[in-house]
Amino acid sequence: MQHAVTLMKEKCKGCTTCIKQCPTEAIRVRRGRATIIDERCIDCGQCIRVCPHNAKKAVYDPLTRLADFQYTVALPAPSLYGQFHNLEDINQVLGGLLNIGFDHVYEVAKGAEMLSAITRHVLAEESFEAPLISSACPAVVRLIRTRFPKMVGNLARHIAPMELAAIHAREEAAERTGLLPEQIGIFFITPCPAKVTAIHAPGHLHHRVIDGAFSMAEVYKKLLSHMRREDVPDLLQSGMAGVGWAVSGGESSSLSLEQHLSVDGIEHVIQVLEEVEDGKLSHVQFLELGACNQGCVGGCLTVENPYVAKARIRQLMKGMPVSQNTLPPEHLQQERFLSDKLFEANSVWQLAEDRADALERYQKISALLAELPGLDCGSCGTPCCRALAEDVVQGFASEDDCIFRVRERMQSITASRNADDYLPPPFRKGAEKDE
Amino acid sequence: MSKLHLYYEIDGSDFHAAGEASSDVKRVLKQLNFDSDTVRRVAICMYEGEINMIIHANGGTVDVWVEECSIELVLRDTGPGIPDIEQAMQEGFSTATQAIRELGFGAGMGLPNIKRHSDQLHIASEVGVGTTLTIRVVPSG
Repeated sequence: MQHAVTLMKEKCKGCTTCIKQCPTEAIRVRRGRATIIDERCIDCGQCIRVCPHNAKKAVYDPLTRLADFQYTVALPAPSLYGQFHNLEDINQVLGGLLNIGFDHVYEVAKGAEMLSAITRHVLAEESFEAPLISSACPAVVRLIRTRFPKMVGNLARHIAPMELAAIHAREEAAERTGLLPEQIGIFFITPCPAKVTAIHAPGHLHHRVIDGAFSMAEVYKKLLSHMRREDVPDLLQSGMAGVGWAVSGGESSSLSLEQHLSVDGIEHVIQVLEEVEDGKLSHVQFLELGACNQGCVGGCLTVENPYVAKARIRQLMKGMPVSQNTLPPEHLQQERFLSDKLFEANSVWQLAEDRADALERYQKISALLAELPGLDCGSCGTPCCRALAEDVVQGFASEDDCIFRVRERMQSITASRNADDYLPPPFRKGAEKDE
Repeated sequence: MSKLHLYYEIDGSDFHAAGEASSDVKRVLKQLNFDSDTVRRVAICMYEGEINMIIHANGGTVDVWVEECSIELVLRDTGPGIPDIEQAMQEGFSTATQAIRELGFGAGMGLPNIKRHSDQLHIASEVGVGTTLTIRVVPSG
C-alpha cells in the first residue's frame, strides 16, 4: 500500500529522532537513512513533526490537477477555518477558494453534520458493540486494525465526513452542470497525511469517492492573496456542530450523549484503547479518537499551532446556528453511506503464524534482550533494545548492530571484564577516575 | 517446548503501575498470536487482580506462565487475607473503604469479574498471611 508519509533520502542524516518518536515502532535506520516499515506505518505524521532535518514529508496532489477536470469542487476540512488571523467570516475563506480556481465549494462540515445525524440514529436505534468508536480519523482506524484487532468491531461502519461530502458534492455538481460524474473533480483540502492515504487507497471502499487531496498549508498560502473582505459571497451552509469537528470533542458534542469520551494525541489514544481492552471503560457509549493534538487542527499539514487554531474555531462558532444539515429519516440507513467493506484486522505484531514457533522466538528475544545493555540509545537503528532483539530474531538485524556489544566483544579479547572500560563516559557506572 | 515466564512486581502505592503490567502482558500475547478474545480475558483478570493487590494488600507479585494452549497467572500478596472466600466471590460484596470507593474502585466486582473471564480460578488465602490467586485462561482460538 502507498503511504502519504515518505522520506526525502537526500535530507536524512540517519539520526535517531524519528525512530524513537514513532508510536508504532515503524521506522529503522539502515545504511545511514531512515526507512519506513509499510505494514506498521499508520500515517500519523509524528515523524514529520519531529524530524530536525525536515527529511520526512507528506505526499499530496499538486494544485495543477485542477486542470484535469472540466468542473472542480473544493472540500475544505473545517480545520482550514482556524488557520487565519483575524478572520471575521468563514465566507471569506469559502469565497477565496472560488477565487483560486475552484468552480464550487462543498464544506466537509456539511458532511460532518449529516454523519452526526447518522451516528445519533445508530446510537439510539441500532445494535452496536460498545463503545462505538469513531472511524473519522484514518490514522486511528489503522492503529486499531494493526495493534488492537479485537476492537475493529467497535469501529463505526459509516464513511467519513469528507466522503459523505464528496458523494453529495458530485451528485449536486452533475445535476447543476449536466456533466458526467467523472468529468467533475472533487478535491479535499487536508490537514494531515493520513487522509491523503485514505483518499488514494481507501481500505474500506471499493472505489475512490474523492479525486485527490491538496495540502492545507499550500492552499493557505494561495488563499492569503485571494481572500477579500468586501463583496463576500454567502456560501456558508454549516453550523456549530459541523465546524466543531475541527477540534477534539466536536464530534462527541454533536451527538447529545451522556457517556462519551474524546481523546486527542496518538499516545493518549493508545492509552485509552489499552483501557478499553482491559474492560475499564465499559460505561462509555461513544469514543471519539483523533491522532493529532487537539484534533484535526493539530494535523501536520496545517499552518497554525493547534491551540491557537482551536481558540479561533471556538470564536468562529459563536453566533452560528447549531446545525444546518441533516438527512431525511429514510436516508439514515442508506447503504451508500456505509463502508463497502468491514474494517479488517491486520495484526502486524505477531512473531509467527504458529504459536509454538512464536513462543520459541519470544524466548530467544528475551534471552538476547538480557544481554543487551538496556540503554535504548537507538545507535543500532532500532527504537530500543527490545526492538533490536525482536529484529535480530526475526532476521532483520544483527546483534553486532549494537555498538556496545561490539565493544564488549573487543574488550573480552583484551580480557577486561569491567564494563566501564569499554562504555563511553556518559554510560559508565563506576566512580569517576582521574584521567 | 518450555513455558514462557513473565514476572512483575506491583507497587502498592501506584494505581498507574497496574495498567502498565497488564499492557505489557497484552503486548507479549499479541506477539505470540493469541486471539484477541483471549488477550482481552487475560488483561481483565490481570488488571482486576492487580487492583485488588494495590487496594487490599499494599502490592504483590505476578507470575505469568504462557504455554501454547494455556495461560496461567499467579498473583501473590502478603496482605490481610480473605476471611470468607465465598462471601468475597459475591458480586457487590466489598470491604473497600469509602475513600477507595470514591475513586471508583471497590465496587465488589473484582473477583467475580476474574471468575467470569477465566477458565479456572483458585484462591488460597490465610488471614494475616496473604492471598494467592491462581488463574488459568484457556485460549478459545
